[in-house]
Amino acid sequence: MERLEYEFAAGQPALGRTVSGVVSSGDLEVLLEPAAAGRTLVAVQTSVDGYGPTWKALLERVFGAGMLPAARIEINDNGATPGVVRMRIEQAYEETQLRAANGGTP
Amino acid sequence: MTIENLLKRDSFIERGARSRAQALLDPGTFRELAGPFARLYSPWLAMQHLVTQADDGVVVAKGKLAGKPTVVLAIEGAFQGGSMGEVGAAKIAGALELALRDNERGVPTQAAIVFETGGVRLQEANLGLAGIAELQSAIVALRRHRPVVGISAGTVGCYGGMSIAAGLCSYFVMTREARLGLNGPQVIEQEAGVAEFDARQRALIWGLTGGEQRTATHLADACVEDDTAAVRSSVIGCFARGVPPVHRSDRTADFLACLARVDTDRQATAQDVRELYAKGLER
Repeated sequence: MERLEYEFAAGQPALGRTVSGVVSSGDLEVLLEPAAAGRTLVAVQTSVDGYGPTWKALLERVFGAGMLPAARIEINDNGATPGVVRMRIEQAYEETQLRAANGGTP
Repeated sequence: MTIENLLKRDSFIERGARSRAQALLDPGTFRELAGPFARLYSPWLAMQHLVTQADDGVVVAKGKLAGKPTVVLAIEGAFQGGSMGEVGAAKIAGALELALRDNERGVPTQAAIVFETGGVRLQEANLGLAGIAELQSAIVALRRHRPVVGISAGTVGCYGGMSIAAGLCSYFVMTREARLGLNGPQVIEQEAGVAEFDARQRALIWGLTGGEQRTATHLADACVEDDTAAVRSSVIGCFARGVPPVHRSDRTADFLACLARVDTDRQATAQDVRELYAKGLER
């Protein structure tokens, strides 16, 4: 098990908080909460050691442009592939937007 | 079931714990307590270099079911096999105790527990077992006021100490895919040998411990399709029946009388078990 942390430039604060996914085999849990404008923090806890460079490359693809809403993101990973990680992060952002559009109810 | 029906139905099994709790409660009433952002991780898993989950695999949700105040406790079978650790078990026990307090103050809060669990979390050993004991006591205390309804949809099923908790519930609802048993098939094979129980034989496993068999042998009360609406209406039906005059767990003499008739010289078939449990257990 390894813990990693990353920081990226970001836009305005995210619209709410949400959780997506489960810490099951080949899957991960993403917790997303609003952060102060301009900065997104990503804390990763992963069951697979030694993949820091892969995480960095993947998260840079997602957050590198600095356009996504600012958030504090916690990832609890149980051996998900990069594709699954990306989809869970996108799912979390999508759900915060949907929830905000529905006035806060899921 | 035809392919068209398979595609159209709203599977309960395929939902995660949080989604199951949301689906059971009346729309718009779901409110999660001690949720993932409370960050109640298991302190023990990380020490053993295992990845933790922010809700420790237990969703506690308050809301209404058919208009009645209800707390739903849903175990996430995909996280560590739905195993009960110190935190997850405490969340269930705490919620049941709050429901009991509600009842003592005149608010008839009822509880539904979604069991998807292999039992105690071995990494947390005695602390998990102590937690299970607490939630079992809480079920017994609450069921004097309002029914406690258990549900197991599969595919993990309900085993170990949590199968005892299932036995304490006022009513138990299963799907055909769910299984209920004290020891899992592999444990029985490991401890008693393959001649006693062949854990590779799926037909044998479901024949003896599946939802259909458990309902036919009075260890569960309803066997429903894997359909969210069907599960929900079965649970509502159980609550509507009220507190049973005699709980299943108070009928030990009846069950022991059935067990006394078992012929241990040969392996029991599913049909043998149905015949054994046909007498003396009718409601």
